[in-house]
Amino acid sequence: MSLWRHFTRGLRTLVHRRSADRDIADEVESYLEQAAAAHRESGLAPEDARRAALLEMGNATSIREQVREYGWENKIGGLFADLRHAARRLCRKPGFTSAGLLTLTLGIGATSAIFSVIHGVLLKPLPFRQSEQIVGLRHTAPGINIPDLNMAASLYFVYKDESRVFQDVALWSEDGVTVTGAGNAEEVPSLTVTSRFLRVLGVQPVIGRAFNPSDEDPGSEQAVILSDGYWKSHFGADPSVLARPLVMDGSPVHVVGVLPPAFEFMDRTPSLLVARRMNRQDIRLISFCCQGIARLKPGVTLDQANADVARMLAIAPARFPVNHGFSADSWATARIAPRLRFLKDVLIGDMGKTLWLLMGTVSIVLLIACANVANLLLVRAAGRQQELAIRAALGAGWGRIAGELLIESLLLAMAACFLGLALAYGAVRTLTASGMAHLPRLHDIAIDPTVVVFTVSISLCSILLFGLIPVLKYARPRSGDFSNALYSGGRSLSQSKEQARSRNVLVVLQVALAVVLLAGAGLMIRTFRALSRVDPGFSDARHVETLRISIPETQVKDDERAIRLEEEILRRIEAIGGVSAAALANFYPMESNTNDPVYSENPASASSSKVPPIRRYKYVSPGYFSAIGTRLLVGRDLTWSETYNRRAVALVSENMARELWGSPRAALGKRIRPGLKDDWREVIGVVADLHDDGVDQKAPTIVYWPLLLKNFEGSETYAIRSVAIVVHTPRAGSAGLLQDLRNAVASVNPDVPVANVTTLQSVYDHSLARTSFALVLLVISGGMALLLSVIGLYGVISYSASQRTREIGIRLALGAQLPGVTWMFVRHGLVLSAIGAVWGLAGGFALTRLMKSQLYEVSPADPLTYLCVSAGLMLASALASYLPARMAATVDPVTTLRGE
Amino acid sequence: MPEQNTDVIQGTLDLLILKTLSLEPMHGFGLTRRIEQTSRGVFKVNPGSLLTALQRLERNGWLDAEWRQTENSRRAKIYSLTKSGRKQLERETADWSRRASAIARLLKAEA
Repeated sequence: MSLWRHFTRGLRTLVHRRSADRDIADEVESYLEQAAAAHRESGLAPEDARRAALLEMGNATSIREQVREYGWENKIGGLFADLRHAARRLCRKPGFTSAGLLTLTLGIGATSAIFSVIHGVLLKPLPFRQSEQIVGLRHTAPGINIPDLNMAASLYFVYKDESRVFQDVALWSEDGVTVTGAGNAEEVPSLTVTSRFLRVLGVQPVIGRAFNPSDEDPGSEQAVILSDGYWKSHFGADPSVLARPLVMDGSPVHVVGVLPPAFEFMDRTPSLLVARRMNRQDIRLISFCCQGIARLKPGVTLDQANADVARMLAIAPARFPVNHGFSADSWATARIAPRLRFLKDVLIGDMGKTLWLLMGTVSIVLLIACANVANLLLVRAAGRQQELAIRAALGAGWGRIAGELLIESLLLAMAACFLGLALAYGAVRTLTASGMAHLPRLHDIAIDPTVVVFTVSISLCSILLFGLIPVLKYARPRSGDFSNALYSGGRSLSQSKEQARSRNVLVVLQVALAVVLLAGAGLMIRTFRALSRVDPGFSDARHVETLRISIPETQVKDDERAIRLEEEILRRIEAIGGVSAAALANFYPMESNTNDPVYSENPASASSSKVPPIRRYKYVSPGYFSAIGTRLLVGRDLTWSETYNRRAVALVSENMARELWGSPRAALGKRIRPGLKDDWREVIGVVADLHDDGVDQKAPTIVYWPLLLKNFEGSETYAIRSVAIVVHTPRAGSAGLLQDLRNAVASVNPDVPVANVTTLQSVYDHSLARTSFALVLLVISGGMALLLSVIGLYGVISYSASQRTREIGIRLALGAQLPGVTWMFVRHGLVLSAIGAVWGLAGGFALTRLMKSQLYEVSPADPLTYLCVSAGLMLASALASYLPARMAATVDPVTTLRGE
Repeated sequence: MPEQNTDVIQGTLDLLILKTLSLEPMHGFGLTRRIEQTSRGVFKVNPGSLLTALQRLERNGWLDAEWRQTENSRRAKIYSLTKSGRKQLERETADWSRRASAIARLLKAEA
C-alpha cells in the first residue's frame, strides 16, 4: 500500500511538477516567516527578525533543492527531460523526422500485418478442445500414382474397430441438400458425417444431442443437426425445434440437435449436419468416398498413428470384399499407405510456405528500413558531433550522451510502432475484406494482443539495429577522441574516413537486401507470366457463368426423366437473351473431381489383369465443350439422342489419347470401360487437355462420359442428377442474368433450387490466388526495398558531395571538367551498389531456393531475372548518384572557396 | 570550550518528529522549536533535513499535511499523525528503547 502511495504521489509530482515545486517553495517561505515571527515575539525589530531567521535557516534555495530531490520520480526526471528534448529536436527537423518515421512505419506495419496473418492462419490452434489431437486421415497410393488419397468407408470401420491410437474416428463429406416445405425450395450447405464426428471435434450441441450409432442405420429415420445460424434464421431460435418437421431432399427428417453458435469446421459453416447412413455389409473394400478425421489418444505422436494405420491397412482386405469388377489384388497393387496430418495442416495446405516466404520478405524490408534510418541518424549525429564533444568535455558521462542519442531512436521507433499498428490494421482489414488471397481461416486473422506485443518487440529490436550504430560511433568512451572532434567539428576538414565507412557499409547492405527482394519479385513475375500463358483448357472464362442444380430421386424417380428435366431447364436457359450456349457437367473445370481406373482395349494393357491407371471421370452433356471453349481436336461431340439411348460412347483428353494410342486421331474408334464387367465404350472424339487441378498443376488425363449410362461401374443404370450448368453469355456475373436463370429453372420446376453461382473466370482466378497473393506482396516489398535503398544511396552521395564542396571548388578552379567531377561521385555510387549487388546476387541465389515451391517453370537461379534486377538496380543507382553529384558540381568554385 | 554537537542522532529524526506530532499537530518551524526546547537545546534540527523528512513520512502515509491558518494568522503547512503513523511511532519507540538500553548497558560494563 505504501509502495502504491509512493508511486501515485510520485506520478502526481511528475505530472504537476510546477505546483509541487511551488508547494515546496511556499513551505520553505512559511517556515522562514514563522521563524521570523518567533524572533519578533522575542523582541527583535521586524527586519532584524527576518535576517536572524534567514541566518538560522541557511540558503533557502539549497533547502528547496534538497527537499525537491526526494522521491523516485526525481531519479527518472532526467529521462523525461531528455524525452522532451528529443521530441523537440525531432519536431524541429520535420524532413528528417518524417522520412525516418515513414520508412520505419512501412517496415514495421508490413511486418506486423504479415505476422498477424501468420499468427491467425498458422500459429493459433483450431477452435476445438485439444485440437492438437485431431488428425486428418489422408492416405497415399503410389501404386496407382495418387499422391494424396482420401478416406474409404471400409477403412472407417477397420480404424474404428482395430485402432490402438485413436479415441474416435469419423467420416465427413461436404454436401448440399435441398430443403423444402416452408417457402421456396432452398439449397443449403451441409456436412454428411458419421455418428462420432462431433465427439472427435469435442463439440457438444447446445440443444438436443449429438448423433449416436443408431443414426448410422439406414433403417432409422434420417437425423440432422442444425447450425445455430440456420436455427435462428429458419426456426426463429425456437427452443422446441426438436419436435418441428423438416423436409430434406424430399423426405422428412428428424432434427436431433442444434450446434453451438461459433461452430465452424475446415472454413465451412454448414447449415445442417446430416447423419451418414450405411450398411456395413454393403460396403466394398475400395470405397474412397469421404474425408476422415480422428482424435488421437493422449500422448500419441503422428508417427505412431501412421504406423498403426499402416498395420490396419494391411488387414482391411480381410474384412471387406473387393468391389465387383476389380481384381483381387487391386488393393495390394495400389500400395495404399498412411499419410496422416494434423487437421490444422490439412486446412492450411501449402499456404504455410507462402506465408513464411512473405514474412521473410517483409523482415528484409524492415531491415532495409532500419539501415536507412541508421544512416539518417548517423548524418544527424555527425552534425551534432561538436556539440556532443563539448558536452563530453564539460563532463557529461558517455552513458548520458548514449542515452540521449538512444532516446531519439526510442521516440522514433515508438511512434513508428503506433503508426505501423494502424497501418497493419488497415492492411489486414483490406486483405480480409478483399478475399483476394483466398486464405484459409480468414476469420482468425486480426490485430490481437499477441500481434501488438510482437509489433512492440520488433520496434524495440529495430532500435537496437538502427539506434545503436550512431551510439557506438559517437558516444563511445574514448580518450582523446573528443578533443579531436572539437577541432575537426568545424567545416575545415573533410569528413573522416571512418564515418564514411559506416555509411557506405549500410548502403551496401541495403542494396544487397534490395537485390534479394527484387530477385524474388522478379521470379514471381516470371512465374505469374508463365502461369497466365498456360492454356487452362477452356477459354473466354469471363463470359461463362456456372450454377448448380440437382434433381433428387425423391422428386423424379426415373433416371431418364431426371435427365430430360435437366435438358428442359437447359433449353429455357438457352432462350434467355444474350445466352449463346449452355450445357451440363457433373463438375465444371477445377470445381471438384472423381477418379477411377479406365480399362482400354490397348494390346499393351489388355494382357495384364492388374488395375490400369486412374483417370479423371467427367460426365457432360452435348455442347459442353463449345460452351466453355474447349477445343475438339478430332472426332465429334455427343448428341442428346445418344445420351437418351445410353449409347456406349465417350470422349477423352488429348494427353490420354497420346498416352494410350500415340495420337488423338488413333484414339477414334478405340474402346474403353471403367470395370472388367462393364460394357465397352467407343471413343468418338478427343478434346484439348484441361488443367482441372489448377493452372499450376499438370493436366490430368480425362474421360468424358455421357450424363446417362447403362452397365456402368457395376450399375445397370447410372444418371448424373446433380449438375453444374455452364452458360456462355456476355452478361455473365450480372445480377440480372442470375434472376433470369432462377426464373428459367423455376419455370420448369419450382422445387429445384439454384446454388453455387459463380463465373468460370473467378474459378480461374482462384486457382492463381496463391501465386497472385505472393506476387503482389513480393512486388510491393521489392519496390519498397528498391526505393529505400535508392534513397539511402542518394543520401550518402549527396552528403558526401555536400562535405566535399570545397574540394570540388578547388578541382574546378584548377581546371577539372564538370563531367569528370560528376563522374567521381557517380563512380562512388556505382561502386557501392555494385558491391551491394554482388552480395545481393549471392544472397539471392541462396535464399530464392527457399521459394522453389512457389515457382512455376522458372528456376530459382533464372539468369534473365538476375540480369534484369542487376541492370535495373545499377541504372537506378546511377541516377541516384548522378542527381546529387550534378548539383554539387554545378557550384561556382569562387563562391565555395570564398565561403570558407 | 569546544562547541557542543547539536546534530540530531542519525536515524532518530523520524522518531523525534513522530513523537512531537503525537502531542499535537504543528508546522515545520513549530517542530524545530519544539524539538529544540524539549531537548533543552541538545538537538538543533536542520530545516532542509526536517522538510525532507516530513515529505518522506507523508509519502509513507504516517503524516497528514494541510495548509492552514496558524494562530498568528499566517498560512502554514500543518502536519498531524495518522493512525499508521501512531503505530509506526510505537514501533520506533520500542526499537529505540531496546537499542538505547543496550548502549547504556555497554557503557556501564566494567572489566
